[in-house]
Amino acid sequence: MTGQLTLDKAGPGLSIQDLGRDGGMGLGLSRGGAADRRAFLKGAALLGNPADAAALEMTVGGGQFRVDAPTRIAISGATLRATIDGNALEHLASYALKPGEALRIGPPDTGVYGYLHVAGGLLSDKELGGRGRHRIAGLGPDLAPGDRLPFGDDPEPDAPPLRLSPDQPVDAPVRVIPGPQTGLFPKGILARFQDTVFIRSPRGNRQGVRMDHDGAPFATEAQLGQVSDFITEGDIQMTGDGTPFVLLAECQTMGGYPRIGTVIPADLHRIAQARLDEEVRFRFIGFDEAEATWQTDEDLYRSFRKAREPRIRDPREMADLLSYELIDRPDPDGAG
Amino acid sequence: MTTPTPQILPLGLDGILVRFADTLSDAANRAALAFRQELDDDRPKGVDETATSLTSVLVRFRPDQIRRAGLEDDLRHRLERQDWYQAPLPHGRTRWRIPAVFGGDHGPQLDEVADLVGVRPERAVEDLASAELRVLALGFAPGQPYLGFLDEAWNIPRQTEVTPEVPRGAVVVAVRQVIPFANAAPTGWRQIGRTAFRCYSRDGEPPIPLKAGDSVAFDPVPAKDFARLEQTGPLGGAARESIE
Repeated sequence: MTGQLTLDKAGPGLSIQDLGRDGGMGLGLSRGGAADRRAFLKGAALLGNPADAAALEMTVGGGQFRVDAPTRIAISGATLRATIDGNALEHLASYALKPGEALRIGPPDTGVYGYLHVAGGLLSDKELGGRGRHRIAGLGPDLAPGDRLPFGDDPEPDAPPLRLSPDQPVDAPVRVIPGPQTGLFPKGILARFQDTVFIRSPRGNRQGVRMDHDGAPFATEAQLGQVSDFITEGDIQMTGDGTPFVLLAECQTMGGYPRIGTVIPADLHRIAQARLDEEVRFRFIGFDEAEATWQTDEDLYRSFRKAREPRIRDPREMADLLSYELIDRPDPDGAG
Repeated sequence: MTTPTPQILPLGLDGILVRFADTLSDAANRAALAFRQELDDDRPKGVDETATSLTSVLVRFRPDQIRRAGLEDDLRHRLERQDWYQAPLPHGRTRWRIPAVFGGDHGPQLDEVADLVGVRPERAVEDLASAELRVLALGFAPGQPYLGFLDEAWNIPRQTEVTPEVPRGAVVVAVRQVIPFANAAPTGWRQIGRTAFRCYSRDGEPPIPLKAGDSVAFDPVPAKDFARLEQTGPLGGAARESIE
């Protein structure tokens, strides 16, 4: 059944997101959508929601929520500390949420962007074909405590509790393909770029993340005087002082800074989710190797649907279940 | 001046950029508009989206449906088929007349701009109003056009100091181009006027009225008309006609 999700508390960085708005590059509108698409698709798959069903994205601020009708929820992406009426929730797992219960979400233990999915998806108004907040384009609502967001019918109301295994941590360098301006950078700079250990800077948001490093900047002499041209998510843009910014979902459509290369879609979530001070290295790969990693949203979604497994319930969740059992059990000694 | 050659470049794993020049020129912009039209009239298999920037065409494709190398070959053949720098502008364009107030509170930097252009402010407004501008590209904010080109005298640089905020509808100029701002925003361009025309409106039909390649001229109106034009709806009193 449908219902409403009430935001009793809404921390900074809380926004409605979906898979973004395709086809707007020529209109000045970048796709936007979930900062970690892969994690977003996992959450949708867990609940059996359509792949693009809208959910809440949050960063460090978390929030507190309740519903006015029974539904199911799942948390994906950053490992947010979440509880229902004080009982801790497993990450990447589905849970029933009933009216009267308080769902509290705190800051993440790992990662940056976490998602709260509600079965049936959030049904806020669509604008230019999407529901997501796209701040620089002025699309989608700004959320505030007290807001109520409608959600749809649970597509799998009788599903047992389900879980997905988390991704194994990856140490390998983030893979990069050449872009339109890679050729402007001297070979020595490209080599040094791949030999450098970068640290995710505190300066980052849904538009892009700065990567700090020790040593000389990654400048190109052809830096100035380039006409603005299309940019895309994953592009590693060298700002005026030669510091790289990796562009994320909500980047502009055009930019004038030279880009040394583009992070492949399969690895971009690692940049989005890198914690402050996390070390990151980059490695250029060829198009054949990169294309072998290509997966459409549909491919990913299907693979996550297939990977779902039953969640063994934690005894702490079974407090009231136990009392039901006692009532139903035949009286062993007949004494009444 | 040497004729530039189009370049085929990668832009992400699912994108190809056909770039007609590294610097902005009328010919490169026309080539981009015409080449995109060619791709939209006869779209290669596996291509999801085409778009133009100032001097390039973006071709977004589905790597699970078509190989990059194959699509690049297709684009190369099309590029060789004709001189795109001489191609006519695409069909289906619209001519717009957009009312705007110039100078005064709505155009605080008109005098400064007129100085840089080397004419009196009245003459600067006349020059601008008599120019038939083209939507070179939409970008920066949804539906916001880069309009060009004004005469060479208007090749004025951006300011070194950024204006912290110009209002929605601000008409700003720099480097032979004019932009009516979609939203309030900081800018290095100079504000000489203001229009009630909305580059994007949720309730507009369509929400984004301008298309790359459209023709735009500004109609100077008195400051007292601005409030009335704001009440006329998202087009702010703009008139449009199809270009045959």
